[in-house]
Amino acid sequence: MIEHKKSLIPDSDSKEFWDAAKRHELFLQKCCQCGRYHYPPSPVCPNCLSLELKWEQVKGDGSIYSFTVVRVPIGSEWAQEVPYILATIELDCGVKMVSTVIHCDAKDVKIGMNVRLVFSDRDSELSVPKFEPVR
Amino acid sequence: MNLKDTCAIVGIGETKFGTLPGISCSKIAIEATKKAIEDAGLQAKDIDGLLSPQPASEMFYGVRLGEKMGLKLKYTGSVDIGGATPVAMVQHAVMAINAGLCNTVVCVYAGSPKSGPKHASASCPQIVNNEDEFMYPFGQVAAMHGYAMACQRHMFEFRTTSKQLGAIAVACRKHASLTENAQRRDPITLTDYMNSKLYCDPFRLLDICQVTDGGAAVVVTNVERADVLRNKPVYISGMGNRHQGWGVGWAPSMTTTGAKDSSEMAYKMAGMKAKDVDIAEIYDCFTYTVLVTLEDYGFCEKGEGGPFVENGRIEIGGELPVNTSGGLLSQGHLEGMNHITEAVKQLRGVCGQRQVNGAEIAIVSGNGGILSTHSTLILRR
Repeated sequence: MIEHKKSLIPDSDSKEFWDAAKRHELFLQKCCQCGRYHYPPSPVCPNCLSLELKWEQVKGDGSIYSFTVVRVPIGSEWAQEVPYILATIELDCGVKMVSTVIHCDAKDVKIGMNVRLVFSDRDSELSVPKFEPVR
Repeated sequence: MNLKDTCAIVGIGETKFGTLPGISCSKIAIEATKKAIEDAGLQAKDIDGLLSPQPASEMFYGVRLGEKMGLKLKYTGSVDIGGATPVAMVQHAVMAINAGLCNTVVCVYAGSPKSGPKHASASCPQIVNNEDEFMYPFGQVAAMHGYAMACQRHMFEFRTTSKQLGAIAVACRKHASLTENAQRRDPITLTDYMNSKLYCDPFRLLDICQVTDGGAAVVVTNVERADVLRNKPVYISGMGNRHQGWGVGWAPSMTTTGAKDSSEMAYKMAGMKAKDVDIAEIYDCFTYTVLVTLEDYGFCEKGEGGPFVENGRIEIGGELPVNTSGGLLSQGHLEGMNHITEAVKQLRGVCGQRQVNGAEIAIVSGNGGILSTHSTLILRR
């Protein structure tokens, strides 16, 4: 099995994202030329090819664009997590990201449901931005 | 320059598809290649091009295979677009032949995800850890997770149902039951489908393809040569591609894919329309891939894929037979190379009890990643 941490060696394009997550903040790249946010982190704006990007904190409010309920774990480290809700979240700032929705029963999750950012510390090295329903 | 009908598939080869312990991936590739060359009525000395997928851990794969078989290659290389690779390899062969770089090209896929060491070859097991910094730590661990989210969105937008997905699984299994070289030949019903284990909503076990050891190859050459060989040539009439991007989670759409632009390009080259197509061999890593591709290929309107696949319409004997050998869902996941060999067999008219009467034109789709890459072939006899 692939170790969870093996895939988490941030490079110079993604370090800011993970550093911010450790502080429980969501930072995304915004293009200095066209003003759009993009995700995932990248050295270049996918909308206008500008290399001039800045990191900005966003609030992380959004809604569920789609989801699945993962019931059979793939890899031993997810065995304790199932069932979990994996979702594409459409953030209010215009980008989509994939993460889990927590504090929500699998039978209650719906496309269009409003969610907000919540951080989950896996250990001292890694915090993952997740989402929870806005009640 | 229109490449329509400038080249043809003149030979096909398949190994046994299933569990092949103790057989190296190279040997699987070589067996498939040898069978394809012999099927074409050619010899090793006639082959001057060899294309394969990019193996995960082996460089110089094509030239290594060529060396083992004593081929004098003028053209080789690997294509790295996942499940769109076999279809794209045939396109690369057509381009290289037309450019005068070579005359006769073997395109080969081989994998042993069940028995071999992981990543020992160009294998592409579907249930695989999809290691990506912005997927894996977030819980998107397997290909099925991305496809499941895309499918769920389709169900939301168009009221597609689980039973409609099941109709695809049932059709593929019915066709596999008529196919000797298929992994799963036991017929299933919609009830079996609905009772199969839920893996990740809406996907059940029977929405997921069969991880398979095996290999398949085709020989492509120019029409002048093709017309004098022993088999009736299967002409390559249309080609197209559209690669949407890596992450379905942040793609512009989950319900319209690269298949739309790719097929439009292929129809235009071939001077054909969806209604001209007799059989469709549609990449089916998961049931949803078939449903969304049939829509994007213009066989029905966007959003009507659910009703379209019901009531036997995509079964042999129906309006549009789809995945006539059982596809990846039931025959086996050969990265889609088996879709090409099956289309050739159908157009040659040698499929016995699963032969689609009067099959003259086939469309073949290749799809890689999570609706990330897409390639299309239109073939005719």
